[in-house]
Amino acid sequence: MKVGIVVFPGSNCDRDAAHAVRLAGAEAELLWHERPDLGGSQAVILPGGFAHGDYLRAGAIARFSPIMGAVGDHAARGGLVLGICNGFQVLTEAGLLPGALRRNTTLRFEHRWVTLSVERDDTPFTHAVPDGARLRMPIAHGEGCYWLPDAELDRLEAAGQVVFRYVAPEGNPNGSARDIAGVIDGSGRVCGLMPHPERAAERILGSDDGMHLVRSLVESIARVEAAA
Amino acid sequence: MISVEERPSDAPGDLHRRLGLTDEELAAITERLSRAPNDLELAMFSVMWSEHCSYKSSRRLLRSLPTQGEGVLAGPGENAGVVRIGDGLAVAFKLESHNHPSAVEPYQGAATGVGGILRDIVAMGARPVALLDALKFGWPADAATRRLVRGVVGGVGGYGNCVGVPTVGGELTFDPTYTANPLVNVMCVGLLPEGRLARATAPTPGSLAVLFGSPTGRDGIGGASVLASANFDEGSAAMRPSVQIGDPFAGKLLIEASLELVERGLVEGLQDLGAAGLTCASSEMADRGGTGMRIDLAAVPRREEGMAPFEVMISESQERMLAVVRPDVLDNVLDVCRRWGLSAAVVGSVTDDGDVTIVDEHGAEVARVPARALASESIEITRQASPPQRRRPAPAPGETPLAHDGLPERGMDPAAVLEALLGHPNVGSRALVTTQYDQTVGADTIEACDRAAAVLRIKGTQRALVVATDSQPRVALHDPALAAAMAVAECSRNVAVTGARPLGLTNCLNFGDPGVPEAYWQLSESVRGLAEACRALEIPVTGGNVSLYNESPLGRIAPTAQIGVVGVLDDVDLLVRPAFVAEGDLVVLLGEAGPGMAGSAYELLAGSAPDDKPPSLELGRESALQQVLSEAAADRILRSAHDVSAGGLAVALAEAAIWGGIGADLQVAVSLAPAVALFGESPSRAVVTVDPPRWPELARLAAGKRVACRRLGSVGGDRLRIRLVGVGATGAAEERGAGVADELDVRLSELQRAWEQALPRALGEVQ
Repeated sequence: MKVGIVVFPGSNCDRDAAHAVRLAGAEAELLWHERPDLGGSQAVILPGGFAHGDYLRAGAIARFSPIMGAVGDHAARGGLVLGICNGFQVLTEAGLLPGALRRNTTLRFEHRWVTLSVERDDTPFTHAVPDGARLRMPIAHGEGCYWLPDAELDRLEAAGQVVFRYVAPEGNPNGSARDIAGVIDGSGRVCGLMPHPERAAERILGSDDGMHLVRSLVESIARVEAAA
Repeated sequence: MISVEERPSDAPGDLHRRLGLTDEELAAITERLSRAPNDLELAMFSVMWSEHCSYKSSRRLLRSLPTQGEGVLAGPGENAGVVRIGDGLAVAFKLESHNHPSAVEPYQGAATGVGGILRDIVAMGARPVALLDALKFGWPADAATRRLVRGVVGGVGGYGNCVGVPTVGGELTFDPTYTANPLVNVMCVGLLPEGRLARATAPTPGSLAVLFGSPTGRDGIGGASVLASANFDEGSAAMRPSVQIGDPFAGKLLIEASLELVERGLVEGLQDLGAAGLTCASSEMADRGGTGMRIDLAAVPRREEGMAPFEVMISESQERMLAVVRPDVLDNVLDVCRRWGLSAAVVGSVTDDGDVTIVDEHGAEVARVPARALASESIEITRQASPPQRRRPAPAPGETPLAHDGLPERGMDPAAVLEALLGHPNVGSRALVTTQYDQTVGADTIEACDRAAAVLRIKGTQRALVVATDSQPRVALHDPALAAAMAVAECSRNVAVTGARPLGLTNCLNFGDPGVPEAYWQLSESVRGLAEACRALEIPVTGGNVSLYNESPLGRIAPTAQIGVVGVLDDVDLLVRPAFVAEGDLVVLLGEAGPGMAGSAYELLAGSAPDDKPPSLELGRESALQQVLSEAAADRILRSAHDVSAGGLAVALAEAAIWGGIGADLQVAVSLAPAVALFGESPSRAVVTVDPPRWPELARLAAGKRVACRRLGSVGGDRLRIRLVGVGATGAAEERGAGVADELDVRLSELQRAWEQALPRALGEVQ
């Protein structure tokens, strides 16, 4: 089982994601953004950071990186793709996930611990989450305000594509529409969220709730392998 | 200052003065060269002999600091101190100032301060794992201060967040002496395998000097000499071109490329280009290697056309490093840089003649200076020191100083004073600022901001790093030596309360114009206190930074010795945290309160008697307390431990209660006066909690070290209740006739609100 982790120039959560994947018992390989393939990875994570400095708009340049072609093909073939923070931004810019991430309504970079509800626990990214569990993990971003026009939000919700929401006690930290913290695409194989599950990977860090997501991903690969 | 249009050759005769060099310094240069320097050489000397690069006024003093210690791998004189921590790992750390650039251009000044200290750590071969920012500003109600705070905080976060190094701690202090001269001190901590230790040296003639990173431009021309080494006045805005511009994205690539070069053993030496740019890097590396370096100006990648030789040599353009590499690995080095998207060029070679030689685009030699004359053998200046006439600021008009042994006599009770202290911006939560910093990137952070020390686990080991930074500027207005020693005591105590062993200390000495005897006295006294405390507590000083000329037309800053201590916890499972843990735990005060309210947070609210002094410090007691804390932690006796510092015992208790979300019911014996017992800041004390059956062990341990150890009560409930008992309390309130209560009983939620709202209120950002 191998999870590829894309490294854009400016990615800075790549090694954290690799650490969490290894904790879940899978192999992790860092994939430099200039390569045109995924090196045989069965799933791919787009990690957090500031790809290409985010100088234009978060994720706007990263989507043109050579590896993004391979990521798109992987998704089209039903491969699993998880975008975290900046990785989520890149996936929306690349059109692999609906919506856009705007500047936080506080107009500030926000680092906080948040609590998430899991709206869908039947996805490849969430099936290992205990029933009804609320997940605690940090956010750290300046552009995490999820946005879609209202009508499209209605469609998104009706299609069950909202996977994570910010809930009490901290609530919505960035002004995201309908408290959305993470979404999944129509195929159910591409998922993105702003909070950082890889930083909530061990009790000593304050929470290991993020491992439910990482473990789900790794177990999903195992299932596909077993089926094949 | 040097302007770009006005070339040094325009006014022969007094060029050196316009470059900030004195006639004596020109004579010393002439003597070292055995001839008069040419204009380019003079420009190089002006930046290298600046206070910032040469430590010419402070070097003599700094020699008194204890720098030897077990496990010290690199000490002062290197880009950062490096200390062994076990498991084949070492920690690199350093504190550095970027005060004047931040005053002129707060965002860029602070951002480039972060970038610069990160590169210092990287130059040692270490991966940066934590940043701490110690910030000092004028009163927060001032609109100009608020603008500075916004800019500086934005800059620290903007750089640190982008490069992916968590900002895990620091200090935020408001004091009127910093109004026109804020302090931005940043500490960086990095980790490296011992074998990867890199040095900033050029040991082998024939090796090549590779400049990589961003191209060189005109930004930051003369930053070291102009900004860092002169007083501030109204013309400061015109210095803006001397402030460098940061590019954290390039900085991140530079870090990755540098670490790859070191890890693959491709470099003989590595140094970042900070103050004095290429001049500093070339001369220091050659000087350390006992070699020379020949720099070919035409080979330096430029951002702008038409740059004069002196501009190329002293530019402080950010995000650049100089590597010394053997010719046979050059292609590999250039490959690494190319892959990280960085420009790289061979700009020179290492020679055996001991000189830094500059060659222009026509191949003509335009400068030749012995490397050591620029670096280790730069000038030293003997300064006059004399204590000031008045050691404390005069009270403001209309301000009536109150007797130090009373509570403020405005019908207040201790609860109101405690709330006021928790609501003071120097004491309350820094969350408004620190939520703008990424505190958890790296997935190692265990404790961060708003704690006295930050704790980071070290992946792949059972160990954790514990880091803290502290200062005592208000005490320093009374007694700079005491303040420096108190800061060392507090900072190392903050590391020790977690159960960690302090390993090494870095410092940033922020003072006024060394040419003024009073300012120099403050500096020399501080270094004396620093040396004494480090010796007594057996903590080696592994490096630091001196920032002088922190003066403005409003006056000189409070003498500020900012201290940073790094420690290691061998078994992270033994970590003791500051927050109260469980109902029924015993609350215990270790150490004893002494008199003296001067310099305290309480004094800020209530004033103090004109003859009052700061509390005294006994280093033997401090050492004993730290031993008790460390042994109690190792024996798993402690449930929690928190040091007593700003705001005194009452604030320490309130913080432990707020952070734990659980109250306490306590009695405090008052022998001196209620204010001293509750709000006095005498050092060498800690509030700990224990499971009641463990109390005898703690009492025995403390008795064995002659550390006072007193049960105050127990943890529980949703209120903080402190009854004052003893000779100083009973009836004292009535006698004063001030309607002062001898009991404090307040809901935790109220204390928490006061603590959380302190900064938003002070900065006018209440939502």
